[in-house]
Amino acid sequence: MTAAPLLRVDGLRTVFRTGAGTANAVDGIGLHVDRGETLALVGESGCGKSITGLSLMGMVPRPHGSIAGGRIDLDGRDLLQLPARQLRAVRGDRMAMVFQEPMTSLNPVFTIGNQIVEAILTHRAMTRRDARARATALLELVGIPDAGRRMDDYPHRLSGGMRQRAMIAMAISCDPDLLIADEPTTALDVTIQAQILALLRRLQREREMGMILITHDLGVVAETADRVAVMYAGRIVESGAVRQILRAPQHPYTRGLLQATPHAPTGAGRKGARLTEIPGLVPSLYDMPQGCAFEPRCPLADASCRRSRPTLSPTGEDRHVACFHAG
Amino acid sequence: MKRLRAFWRHYRRNLAAVIGLAILSLVLLMALSAPLLFPTDPWEIVARPFIWPLQDWSYPLGTDMLGRNVAAGIFHGAQVSLLIGIIATIAALFVGVLVGALSGFYGGLTDDVLMRLTEIFQTVPAFIFIFVVVAIFNPSVQIIVLAVAIVSWPPIARLVRGEFIALRNRDFIQGCIAIGMNDLRIIFVQALPNALAPVIVTASVTVALAILAESGLAFLGLGDPNVMSWGTMIGAGRQVLRQAWYLTAIPGIAVLLTVLALNLIGDGLNDALNPRLRGRS
Repeated sequence: MTAAPLLRVDGLRTVFRTGAGTANAVDGIGLHVDRGETLALVGESGCGKSITGLSLMGMVPRPHGSIAGGRIDLDGRDLLQLPARQLRAVRGDRMAMVFQEPMTSLNPVFTIGNQIVEAILTHRAMTRRDARARATALLELVGIPDAGRRMDDYPHRLSGGMRQRAMIAMAISCDPDLLIADEPTTALDVTIQAQILALLRRLQREREMGMILITHDLGVVAETADRVAVMYAGRIVESGAVRQILRAPQHPYTRGLLQATPHAPTGAGRKGARLTEIPGLVPSLYDMPQGCAFEPRCPLADASCRRSRPTLSPTGEDRHVACFHAG
Repeated sequence: MKRLRAFWRHYRRNLAAVIGLAILSLVLLMALSAPLLFPTDPWEIVARPFIWPLQDWSYPLGTDMLGRNVAAGIFHGAQVSLLIGIIATIAALFVGVLVGALSGFYGGLTDDVLMRLTEIFQTVPAFIFIFVVVAIFNPSVQIIVLAVAIVSWPPIARLVRGEFIALRNRDFIQGCIAIGMNDLRIIFVQALPNALAPVIVTASVTVALAILAESGLAFLGLGDPNVMSWGTMIGAGRQVLRQAWYLTAIPGIAVLLTVLALNLIGDGLNDALNPRLRGRS
C-alpha cells in the first residue's frame, strides 16, 4: 500500500438499540477502497453488508440505529467527525449510492430529467438549462436511448433496467469519487443484470471511481470486483483479491457460500458438482455466541472456536482471514 | 394537462361526485354573481316583512321579519360561507401539514413532542372548543375562522404524519438523502407531493365542516351579527321559527346542499386520486 486509499474504514461499529436489546449490525469492520478499484462486499441477508453501505453514507436508519465507533476516512477526512451540513455536501458529490430497487427509487411525481437536474443543482451552482443539458448527456452516457425525450418521462414509463440506468445517471451526476452500489442488479432480469454490471464497470473505469459493490451473488463478484470482503454476522471473515478468494477460499463460510452457488467460477460449484447448503441460520444479532459467530454452522468447529472469537489476521499479501482453522 | 385529463376520466365515473361538483359550482357561481344580481346591500330593507317565497316574483325567496330580501341574503351569504370554509381550511392545512410532515419525517423526540401537542387539541371536543373560543372573544368572522382552523388542523397533522412515516422509508426519499439534498427540500419538494392525495380529500371535507360549524354557531346565536352569512340568516330566522319557518329552512337547505356537495366531492377525489397513485408507485 503506497498512497493513502480513497476510502479507509477502521473499526466501524453500527448498533441498533431496540426493545429486544442491542444488536451489533456492523461489528468493528475495516476495509479500504482505492480509486479505480471495486470492492465487493459479500454475504447472506442480514449479515450487515447493506447497513455497512448506509453507515458509510451516514444514513443509518433512525431512530434505533447509530454508529457507535470507528473511523470512515474519505480522502483523509473522517466522515464521522463532520457536522451534518458538511456531510450533506459530501453525499452525492464525493460519494454516491445506487439502491437495490429501481422500481421505487425514483420519485413517482417527477420526471426522470427533473430528478437528475435536482441532484446536479444540489451540489453545483449552474443554471437549470445547463443542468438539464448535463442530465441529458448523463442519460446518454448510461445508455438510455432517445435521452432527450426520456428526460420528460415519468418513472412509471420506464422499465426496471432503464430506471436503474437513470438511478446510476443520478448517482454519478456530480462525478463522485466513491460509488456504493447496494445490490444494484438483484431486482433485475438476468440479461439486464449483465448490462447494468457492464455499465457500472465501464463508468467506474472511465471515471476512476472507487466502487463498493454490495451483493450476495458470487457470480456478480467474479464479473465485476477486484477485491472481496466476505461478511458474516456483522464482521468481515475473509478479504482479499477476487481470484484468490474465489479460487482458494480459506474461511469455511466462504467455502460454504461458493459451494452453494450455481455456476460459481471455481470451487465446488463447478458444473456437475452438487450444490451444498450451509446448514443452520445466521445467529440472531441480539444473541451472539461468545466464540466464532459461524461456529454453530461450521464443519471445522472445535472447542477453541466456542471459547473465543478469531480475529481477522493476515495470511498473505492483502489477504485476511478470521478463522482458527484457515487454510 | 395529460394528468388532469386522466384525473377527470377517473372522477367522472362517480356520478355522485359529479353531482357534488355541479352543486358546488352553482354555489360558487352564486357567490361570484351576488354583487351583479343583487347590487343592493343584503341588509337593506326593501319590502314589507314576511313575504313568503314564491308569492312576489320580485322577491322569489321572500323577505324576512324586517323586510330584507332573502334571495340577496342567500347569494351574498354564499360568498361569506364559502370564504369562511376556505380560509379556515387553508389555515388548518398550513399548520396540519407542517406539523405532520416534520413529525412523520423526523420521528423520535420531534414526533413525540408534536404529537402530544396535537393530542391536546384533539381531546377537546371540537364544537365545544369553537363555542368556548367564540364565547370568550367577540363573535366575529375572524374569530370563527380561527376557532374552526384550530380544531381542524389536528386530524390533518395526523394524516400527513402517517403518510410521511411511510414515505420516509421509501427508497426515493432515501435516494434524496443519499444525493445530499437538505431536509426541508426533501420534505416539501420531494415528499409532500406524494402525500397530497389524501390531504386534498380531507381538505374538501374540512371546508364542509367549517361551513357547518359557522351555521351551528349562528343558530345558537354566536354568529357574527354584522356579516350576512347563511349562519346569520339561520340565527335570525330561529327567533321566528314558528311564524316563518322558511327563514330558517332556506339558508339551512343551502348549507345542507353545500356540505353534501363537498362530501360527495371528497368521496370522488378519494376514488379518483388513490387508485391512480397506487397504480403508479
